[in-house]
Formats: sequence, C-alpha cells, structure tokens
Amino acid sequence: METPALLVEGLTKTYRPGDRPAVDGLSFTMPLGQTWGLLGGNGAGKSTTIAMLLGLLVPSAGRVVALGHDMATDRFAALARMNFSSPYIALPHRLTVEENLRVYAHLYSVPDMKHRIAELLEHFALTEFARRPAGQLSAGQKTRVALAKALINKPALLLLDEPTASLDPDTGDWVRSALERYRADSGAAMLLASHNMAEVERLCSHVLMLKGGSVVDAGSPDDLLQRYGRDDLEEVFLDIARGRARESVA
Amino acid sequence: MTGSAARRIWGLMYRHLALYRRSWPRVLELMYWPVLQMVVWGFITAYLAGVQGNTASVAAGVLLGGVLLWEVTLRSQMGFAISFLEEVWSRNLGHLFVSPLRPWELVAGLAAMSVLRTVAAVLPAMVLAFFLYGFGVWTLGPVLVLFVAALMAMGWAVALAVTALILRHGAGAEALAWGVMFGIAPFAAVFYPVAILPGWLQPVALTIPAAHVFEGMRAALTHGVTAWDHLAWAFVLDIVWLAVAAWIFLAQFHQARVRGALLNIGE
Repeated sequence: METPALLVEGLTKTYRPGDRPAVDGLSFTMPLGQTWGLLGGNGAGKSTTIAMLLGLLVPSAGRVVALGHDMATDRFAALARMNFSSPYIALPHRLTVEENLRVYAHLYSVPDMKHRIAELLEHFALTEFARRPAGQLSAGQKTRVALAKALINKPALLLLDEPTASLDPDTGDWVRSALERYRADSGAAMLLASHNMAEVERLCSHVLMLKGGSVVDAGSPDDLLQRYGRDDLEEVFLDIARGRARESVA
Repeated sequence: MTGSAARRIWGLMYRHLALYRRSWPRVLELMYWPVLQMVVWGFITAYLAGVQGNTASVAAGVLLGGVLLWEVTLRSQMGFAISFLEEVWSRNLGHLFVSPLRPWELVAGLAAMSVLRTVAAVLPAMVLAFFLYGFGVWTLGPVLVLFVAALMAMGWAVALAVTALILRHGAGAEALAWGVMFGIAPFAAVFYPVAILPGWLQPVALTIPAAHVFEGMRAALTHGVTAWDHLAWAFVLDIVWLAVAAWIFLAQFHQARVRGALLNIGE
C-alpha cells in the first residue's frame, strides 16, 4: 500500500487548560497525487491544523505522519520533502527575488540550484523581477515569489494557506492554473486552506469542512453539493457555518 | 556535520551576507561604535599618560586593551542576537522553521554571522588603535587568540539566552539584545581588577568568563606572563554558561512550539 501524504489521527490542540480545543480529534488520511481543501469559518481551526501538520505547533494529543515520517519524532525528514506558502508570512523584503530563492534552495539542499531557480523564475513570470527586492513587488508578484519558494524543493506535500488571498481575479486564476499544473506534473499532494469556494471547487478532489475545531462533514465537492442540495460550495459552507442540518436543507 | 547541514548553515549566512553586500551603511554601522569607543578611550588614555608620567604606557595599554577586547564580547553577542532579530523583523521565522533547518544549525549560522560581524566591527578599531595611539593589541602574543575565543563564547552564551527571551516574549524583549552586555560590564572587570570590587561582589565577578580574561590580559600587559589559571577558568565558565543558555534556548523553543508563537513572533 502506498504511503499516504498525510496520516492524521486524533489531532487535538488546546492552547490553555480548560479552554475549548482549537482543534478537536481531527483524523484523516490524504493520499499522494490529490488536492484536498480545508474549509471553515474564522476560528474553525484551519490555521492551527496547518501549523500542527508543519510541526510549528505541538499537538495536545494525536499524531501526524507526513510522507511516512512521524512529525513528533522525525519531522526534519518530512520537512525536507514538504513546503508551505502563506500570504501572511513574509519573505525577507530587502533581499531580491533571486536571493530569496537562493536562501531557500540552500535550506532545502536543492541540487543544481541555478537551473532550478531559473526554471521557477520563468515558470512564475518573475525573470524580469529577479534582481528587485521582494519588498518592492506588488501583492500578485509577492504571491508568485512565495509560490516559487514553496516549489523550490519540488515538494511531495504542499500546504497552502489561502494562496490567492488579496489577488485580483486574473492573477488568482493564473496561480490556480500553476498549482494544477504542478500537481499534475509532480504527483504531489496539496492541502489547501481557503475561504474562496470557487477555488476549492476547482482545485480540490476532497473537502474537509471544519467547525469548532472538528470535521463536521467531508467529501468531494460534488458529493457535498448533492448532499446539501446546493448549487455551489459557498451555500454549503453557509449551511454548515450557520448550523443548518443537511436534512433540513434538503 | 553532513554536507546538507553545512549547506543549510551557509543558506542562513547567505541571507544575512546578501544584505551587507548591497548596503554600505550597514557595513559602516558595524564599525562605527567600536571605532568611536576606541577614539574616545584613546584620548582619555592620552590625557592620563600626561598626568601619570611613566606608568601611563601600561595604563594606556590596559585601558585600550580593555576597550578592544570588551568590544569583541559585545559585538559577538549583538552579532548573534541581531541576526536573529533580523528574522523576527522580516517575519521570516515561519518559513525558516518549516524548512529542514535544525535548531542547532540555526544557532551555528547565527554564531558564524557573529564571528564575521565581530571581525568587521573590531578589526578597524584595532588597526586605528595602533596608528593613532601606538597600541597593538597583538603585543599580547598568541594568547590573544584564546582571549578572543573565550570572550566570543561568552557573547554567544548571552545572545542565546537573549534569543530565548525573544522566543518567549516576542519582539518586546529586543531591547535586551542591545543593552544586556552593558549591565554585565561593571562586574566583568574590564578596566579594573576584580580586587577593586567590594568583597561580596568579587565571587559574583569571578563567575563571569570575561572577568578571568581581563585579569589575564592585565597580567600579560603589566607583567608579561600568561595567566593560564584565569584562562582555564574562563573556558570552564564559558562551557557552563553555554550549556545553561542552550538549555534555556531549547526549552523556550519547545514552549514557542507549544504556544504557537513561531508564526506570529514578529507581531
């Protein structure tokens, strides 16, 4: 049986004793080669979940096995084959685009660094900005640099936190196409936390609906639409966020 | 150390060196304070030389040697802690800590940057001290290398503890990166022997590695002898300080992972 990209068992995080868990008993197995979505309102536990999957946050209970490596005991072996992108975490803004990519090429021990960086600059239409400080780029250009950094090591598992937040529709569409191409070419797994339902419908083959730190529903976008009798995921999201049971909706 | 580990450490260094490569004000800022200190203390020693007659040359050497070697400690600590703060200010820690960079590699990269920053900061002041005041710190002989190594190790220990406090309290603790060594200086016997301190304070001073280095420096400059006992104590204390600081750092790093502070430490 193929090693899953992510095996998550009973993942729980309580920040302070006595508080309600931010994530409560999350379990799922995500295979390689698929894009999954993590949906939920503000405070649903998406960011906490992603931080635990990346090893940035120690779970209160449960475990994460990424690409066959237990994140509690062997996280660096997994991290070398993973990557992450979020518009909320900056890259050093005084370094040029190329310098930023060089730094991360070294950190991920990327072979043939020059070629890989040139490839990514071209792929993300960044060649003309290669020598410009990252802080002087537009929001769309910064997002492309962040994605280039996230793909520098050709990750087998890519975690994305709202990858198209604050982008105009054209740039957002361009980024989604780039992600689709990467998954198709590499066979990598991608987990996407997003508030953009159209994006999730387009990219994801499976969706985990989070509310109050727990998975309240899961399935393919088509399954969820059918189950809730809705035309788009946004309506399904609202049904779940507002506590409307699927039976009463149907 | 594996090739991959060396490459990750170099990646972290490259990130900082790239900043200096394009910014001469940053390089100038490194040299500015040590050179300024040297000039001010040089004039003070020149004044004392006029007042005290034939003892002045030794006194001048002791004071200028103290200034230069204390700058090594100070710049070593600041070079480490401020390189870490650069990551905090640029809100880059999240990216670093989801890469395969191990905590000890982060520490090694920061220590390597501290060496380069210290050399860039203190070397011009040393050269200036020779040309302006005729004081060559190298007259201490080969033991100078050991003095510098012991002082740099103390700087790293303090910087590790400061970095741990930044992990615990966020950027609010950054003032410590600039000021903590100034609080230690009075007890480190930089410009005067430990014996000058009040009796109850002397045992405290002797727990500071730098106090032993400066006792050794004075022995070398005034009597031309190498105080091996003080040097040995300096290194033993360095090991203790580094071990304690590493323990604090690792504990706070783990706590930051428990509290989820690594993603928003720049806030």
